[in-house]
Amino acid sequence: MNRKYLGYLFEVAWILPSVAVPIAFLVAIVITAFAVGITVPGNVGRVDPKALNTTAPFDQPGLRELAPGRYEAVVIAQLFNFTPGELEIPAGSKVTFIVSSRDVIHGLKIEKSPINMMVVPGQISRMTTTFDTPGEYYIYCHEYCGAGHHLMVGKLIVTPAQTASTSR
Amino acid sequence: MATARVSGVSVAAERAEVGVFATEYRLTGLNLLIAFIALAIGGLFGVMQALQYNGIDLYRPISPILRGGYYQGLALHGVLNVLVFTTFFIIGWLTFVTSRSLGIPLASRTLGWTTFGVMTGGLLIAALPLLLNNATVLFTFYPPLKADPLFYIGLTLVVVGTWLLLINQVMMLRQWRAANPAARIPLPAFMAIVTMTMWVICTFGVAAEMLFLLIPWSLGLVPGTDPVLARTLFWFTGHPIVYFWLLPAYISWYNFVPQQAGGRLFSDPMARVSFILFLILSTPIGMHHQYTDPGISEIWKLIHAIFTFGVFFPSLLTFFNVVASLENGGRARGGKGWLVWVFNLPWREPSFTTQVLAMILFAFGGAGGLINASYNINLVVHNTSWISGHFHLTVGTAVTLSFMGITYWLVPHLTGRKLWSPTMALVQAWTWFVGMGIFSHWMHTLGLLSMPRRTAIGAMRELHPEWEPLLPIIAVGALIMFVSAILYYLNMILTMTAGKKESVPMVPFARAVSGPEDGPRVLDNFKPWLVIAFALIVINYTPTLIRLVSEMQFIPGLRSW
Repeated sequence: MNRKYLGYLFEVAWILPSVAVPIAFLVAIVITAFAVGITVPGNVGRVDPKALNTTAPFDQPGLRELAPGRYEAVVIAQLFNFTPGELEIPAGSKVTFIVSSRDVIHGLKIEKSPINMMVVPGQISRMTTTFDTPGEYYIYCHEYCGAGHHLMVGKLIVTPAQTASTSR
Repeated sequence: MATARVSGVSVAAERAEVGVFATEYRLTGLNLLIAFIALAIGGLFGVMQALQYNGIDLYRPISPILRGGYYQGLALHGVLNVLVFTTFFIIGWLTFVTSRSLGIPLASRTLGWTTFGVMTGGLLIAALPLLLNNATVLFTFYPPLKADPLFYIGLTLVVVGTWLLLINQVMMLRQWRAANPAARIPLPAFMAIVTMTMWVICTFGVAAEMLFLLIPWSLGLVPGTDPVLARTLFWFTGHPIVYFWLLPAYISWYNFVPQQAGGRLFSDPMARVSFILFLILSTPIGMHHQYTDPGISEIWKLIHAIFTFGVFFPSLLTFFNVVASLENGGRARGGKGWLVWVFNLPWREPSFTTQVLAMILFAFGGAGGLINASYNINLVVHNTSWISGHFHLTVGTAVTLSFMGITYWLVPHLTGRKLWSPTMALVQAWTWFVGMGIFSHWMHTLGLLSMPRRTAIGAMRELHPEWEPLLPIIAVGALIMFVSAILYYLNMILTMTAGKKESVPMVPFARAVSGPEDGPRVLDNFKPWLVIAFALIVINYTPTLIRLVSEMQFIPGLRSW
């Protein structure tokens, strides 16, 4: 009988942290998502993939400066490239990516950044982040989209802050 | 209890028992055979992928047979390994477990053969377009990539076939309850029925995707389909499917491994609670595979994240219970100390060792899974090779290596032939463990370096300089697993053809330190748990599904391979 109660004791000693530890993780996630603002793409809206060329903002893909240090990057994903394939911003810029697909499902991941989204025909994907470190960063399509999927790579160039204003 | 089994059953009695279950054994054996043929072919493509990463292209030599190259191989790798191998093994294994645990044959053997027939027919139908490069859409078949309709119809038949086993199980449970009105459901049968119930509920998602979206669209009856709606229905099934793979391995870890360890299961009620929690929590969490999807609100993603953390709890219960059972076995074999008992476990017994090694790698897979489930942290790893590394620990090891471990006793038992070489089996288990450890670790690392999954890395225009030094390690891991697989198949073929003919008794079901009488009876009553399970699914899915259906767009299909 004693043995059994020892067993219960061990069970409780395991169960309590099994509940407490995941809850602690969840609290951390909620704080970083909603107080620090590291969040995932949401429900932004729909667009007709056949009419991308005539629908704002996808009729003019590329980078737009909304305010000093504040950019909007409109990107179209298609078999097997991104339009535009190369983006250049000054370090310290806050960039909102607005992305959709012309054909099948693609992905868009920028290395060493939190930008990671599925790009679905008919849907608008939107994410915002700040790029602080100058350098060249690959943009990968990370969802299988067909025979040339591995060729679908773009580039983000983050220039040192001073030279940036003249380059664009 | 009439069905309670103890070790030391006489050979004659064992032989008589086997005679009673001749049909069940034949069905189990046939399912296992198809499963492992699928794994052999699917696994070969895995090795080819790892070599392709390193610029060794084996697709060109086989292009007269398979025209689709890397991605057709990848489609075969995924479909054969995680859809065909798992499903056929599980249906065979659960047929065996349910009938042996309840001590009665299938309620309807005709239905049993129908199950097998529908699944096999479906497999053959789906295999045709796959092999002809007309279904290179990978195992997730996300539209608007459009495969030949036979692919969708075949896979649907495989799923519908599996449902028939649950009908058989429910009829068997009725028979058993009529004969044993006061007894608790034996734990292995209880778990097998919970697994199938969870599976049938969760496959409503993929069934709806197939029947309402993909099949009519691929037949040309509708002009297009809605990709996000299709993805949502896919992941409705696509997350719980991992529990459909895992729970049958857990059934072995709970009911056979403690016995093989020389001890008892630590707690029967705790095991029942964990399975009930899997029944309730497996399905209403599928959107955690869609954190980076557009068209789904952050709030629902977060709610699914919270429930995903909830389903981590029964996995932790399983971890505790199984390790405590191993400790029980180690101490029963004279083990002492806090951890020294580990060395008293029967490490020379291949079935035991294989499964314990599977458990060890699974601990890492579980920890990684928690990271994937972590809403925004998932942004670091989503769709990178981290994910492939992760599920090679879970389905590729916890499940696959456990299933191999089960066959080390089950195949001799079913065929009446001794395992050809236990030593070879031990080497196989350790090489898989080491090969997968290497492969998976560096796949995780490459994922952190943003290497995309499902990508012909060896054919990229520019190889990322940070990946380059790590890619050969991937091939080394894969080749070690290749050796392991050869040892496995050689051993199995030799067992079936040249193994010494003798009656090999079944591993008896483990008895528990704390038996079912220590848990409440309500655990054996499925109704309240089913009500909760359905309620959670309705709460977590209806708002999103209703909105997606009402906004539905018809996106035309495309063949881009």
